[in-house]
Amino acid sequence: MSKKVIATASLAGCFGCHMSILDIDERIIDLVELVEFNKSPVDDIKKFTKRVDVGIIEGGCCNSENVENLRYFRENCDILISLGECAIMGGLPALRNGIPIKECLEEAYLDGPTVGLNSEKIIPNDPELPMILDKVYPCHEVVKVDYYLPGCPPRADLIWDALVALLTGSEMDLPYEVIKFD
Amino acid sequence: MKEKILEIISNYKKDKTRLMDILHDIQGVAGYVDEEAIELLHKELGISTSEVREVISFYHFYSSEPKGKVNIYLNDSITAVMHGREAVLEAFEKECDVKEGSVSEDGEFGLYHTSCIGMNDQEPAAIINGKMFTRLTPYRVKEIVKDLKNGKDIKELIYEGDGGGRNALPEIHSMVCNNIRRRGALLTHDYTPFDVTSNILGKSSPEDIISVVEESNIRGRGGAGFPTGMKWKFGRKAKGEHHVVICNADEGEPGTFKDRVLLTEFPELVFEGMVIAGYAVGADIGLLYLRYEYKYLLKYLNGVLEEMRSKNVLGNNINGIEGFNFDIRIQLGAGAYICGEESALIESLEGKRGEPRDKPPFPVEKGYMNYPTVVNNVETLASIPKILTKGADWFLGLGDKASSGTKVLSISGDCNYPGIYEVEWGTTIKDILDMSGAQNVQAIQVAGPSGALIGEKDFGRTISYSDLPTGGSMIVFNKQRDILRDVVMNFMNFFIEESCGSCSTCRNMTTVLKERFVKILDGKGVASDIDDLLNWSDVLKVSRCGLGQTAANPITTSVTNFRHLYENLIQKDVEFDSGFDLEESVKESCAAVGRQPILHNM
Amino acid sequence: MSNTIKFKIDGKEIVAELGQTIVEAAHANGVYIPTLCNFPGVPPKGGCRMCTIKINGRFMTSCTTPAADGMEIENNTDEINDLRKSIIELLFVSGNHFCPACEKSGNCELQALGYRYQMMVPKFPYSFPLKEVDASSPKIIKDQNRCVLCQRCMKTIKTEDGERYFAFSNRGDKLEVIMDPDLGEKMTDEIAQLAMDNCPVGSIIKKEVGFVEPIGTRKYDKEPIGTDIDV
Repeated sequence: MSKKVIATASLAGCFGCHMSILDIDERIIDLVELVEFNKSPVDDIKKFTKRVDVGIIEGGCCNSENVENLRYFRENCDILISLGECAIMGGLPALRNGIPIKECLEEAYLDGPTVGLNSEKIIPNDPELPMILDKVYPCHEVVKVDYYLPGCPPRADLIWDALVALLTGSEMDLPYEVIKFD
Repeated sequence: MKEKILEIISNYKKDKTRLMDILHDIQGVAGYVDEEAIELLHKELGISTSEVREVISFYHFYSSEPKGKVNIYLNDSITAVMHGREAVLEAFEKECDVKEGSVSEDGEFGLYHTSCIGMNDQEPAAIINGKMFTRLTPYRVKEIVKDLKNGKDIKELIYEGDGGGRNALPEIHSMVCNNIRRRGALLTHDYTPFDVTSNILGKSSPEDIISVVEESNIRGRGGAGFPTGMKWKFGRKAKGEHHVVICNADEGEPGTFKDRVLLTEFPELVFEGMVIAGYAVGADIGLLYLRYEYKYLLKYLNGVLEEMRSKNVLGNNINGIEGFNFDIRIQLGAGAYICGEESALIESLEGKRGEPRDKPPFPVEKGYMNYPTVVNNVETLASIPKILTKGADWFLGLGDKASSGTKVLSISGDCNYPGIYEVEWGTTIKDILDMSGAQNVQAIQVAGPSGALIGEKDFGRTISYSDLPTGGSMIVFNKQRDILRDVVMNFMNFFIEESCGSCSTCRNMTTVLKERFVKILDGKGVASDIDDLLNWSDVLKVSRCGLGQTAANPITTSVTNFRHLYENLIQKDVEFDSGFDLEESVKESCAAVGRQPILHNM
Repeated sequence: MSNTIKFKIDGKEIVAELGQTIVEAAHANGVYIPTLCNFPGVPPKGGCRMCTIKINGRFMTSCTTPAADGMEIENNTDEINDLRKSIIELLFVSGNHFCPACEKSGNCELQALGYRYQMMVPKFPYSFPLKEVDASSPKIIKDQNRCVLCQRCMKTIKTEDGERYFAFSNRGDKLEVIMDPDLGEKMTDEIAQLAMDNCPVGSIIKKEVGFVEPIGTRKYDKEPIGTDIDV
């Protein structure tokens, strides 16, 4: 049996969900037996090189690049999973939802208590920078998402059990303790 | 001002159950209920300031913010929109120099929208300082505002004269028209006021009266259709220190205005119906809850009650019947559709927010102040004296098998002759459309937004408790109307605006449904969105009251009967579309940093 | 004996005392019916609709309906559980419930219901409404983002004279529970603690404390809400 192909991305997230993937400890050896990684921060592959079975998304969409990346994943992955609260509901970045962008930028770069080093007091505006969205969007409010694994971060056991079930086609029986929103 | 407010509070004996009246009176002298007044109410009534605000903020016509010297409430029901509301609004905004929903800078004019004010047959209409102005045009707005600016009294501003009938009486003096187009058993002038009280009540026991009402098989005319005789029987049987009869004159269902006409032309019939109900149930307290929009009738109605007192049709030992003491007080509402629901109405009568109660217990067991309470619709009560005069068999001879008697319909919208039509139950929709001169009809909204939107294939159906039940609101839409964008949207906005919010379902699901509906209107819908609308609507069925349970009806009945309109808007061959629009969503940040986005398709 | 009544929930016989509500009787008999706005000792208001059941085919709330002899009640059915899950999802999308950043997480009844009904993601779109945080009281924070408008604080937190610390404001989708500014100013530690404890979610939070219980030891970390009732 050929190995299943996995890809991962962190959009507007903190990489905590990726850390939680690593938190499966020694089972990572079993995982490598089961899958090969394609585009992912884990192996630093930047572009998809083949069709992917399972794409795992951490983080929601807070800027245009997140959206473009998410759409890229959707096009190249058979199954897409939202991993963690930010992907599922925007998470902490979405705390800014409802606050006008201008206010957010001014607080971050001009008026806030931590702008001391920004002595020129400018709002970064390089053409290469992606544009911020009007609010942070959960992934499934941008593209179709097939599965959701909640948690902040999702428990390693949840990630492991869900992945194994998905990759081997077996039944998923998730214990109560592993599905949490924090 | 402090003395005046204290005086008002003491006029009501510092009784917090009279908070509705107290707030009306304070607004009457001060324009709005300010901090000082709230503080005084807190001290005098023994409730926290937040509890006072809780009531003020519930009702559309109370305010804790300053209002204009002249306040204009422009109706936003669908019929007003169809008859030129937008131009009238623009005219008000221009002439008064004020935006809808605010007060002009000079503090002269406040301009607000308001839910259906019961003038659907003479729209666009507005309430200006409590006075009703109907059939508005931009030209007339100009005239009105000019005169107001010149300091003319609001009472003088009736250019077209009074609306005829008793609207011409000095106590009413209103331009509102009755537009009675078809009279039946109820609206025919063959009634001598208070005959039943003097000729029948003394000779019949309360049980006799109830059994005639039961035999007549009359059911509640407000819409729910509960058998009136049975309600009275339950009320009589229930034990309590007092018994209460309430007349529900809070007709707020968009498109209905028949109670307004009944109260204008036949108040004796309505009030005598209450007296009879009081006798039958063994009540001593009578209350009529009059919607604020009909405040212009208040003085006149109180005059009728005075006359009844002078004739001993109200008061102690009525008409010499030993121990039959019954009087009626009119309670003015303050703008809340939900108060048409009987238990919400009772809450409001007790000076609280008009939130429906959980049932059981039903009002007949525990109603106003926990006394056994019978709540009947205006039209139901008006039918009672005639039933007792002419007999149950006469009444049973009218209507169809499931529904005896007649129904007073309020017909409006795209028809030549909007107004009041009294028909027998069992009349077909086609006949109703024909008699009102409706042509080229696309749809008719039967029983208002909480009823059903039906199309041509159902025009052979009848108004009946066994087919299409109705409280009487009928709004006609011709083939030029955009049913979804204009009609359904207007009704959904109405339900969102008028939800009391105390149920999680009605408070939240109405907006969720509207958003999904708007997504379809915006051309971003996919086939599954239509299913979502239907499936999600089911959640509303577990709401506490009728408003919540029916709040999705504009959507569900239009999906059922006009599905093609939805399907025309759905994207073909697209399975998934979240509605997300990247270009749209970066507009704000592009504006904030002042550059065009570079968007990639990776 | 005449005070004892019998009825059935999902076919199981329930023995109750006359005057008990259905939810009280059910819980006393080891049958869990989920509740959120209901609170012992104060009159029920049937606001959250979580405890909806079917009696003889009609939807009713079990917190407000007195138990009666011979009732046939549906509780744990697919139809009703779907409705309850929808209500939980509605409450999640209509507020701003950022569980990872909430002091009440792990002890929150809304979250616990989400767990029990296995909400992986709400089926409704998030609305991210703009809500205020009222920190004017020296003792508590009233965070409107997390309020589910259950009225528990309104019904249970009162002065000796019966004045309410909390009240509704506005109506419909603008409905909020506000704190009385004067009473909030004078609030004691005991009242503040009670208000926080009675709040099912993290909308009332006592100032200067938070996140005291480690993850793993909180109320709903190991067992679903209702486990103590279910037999």
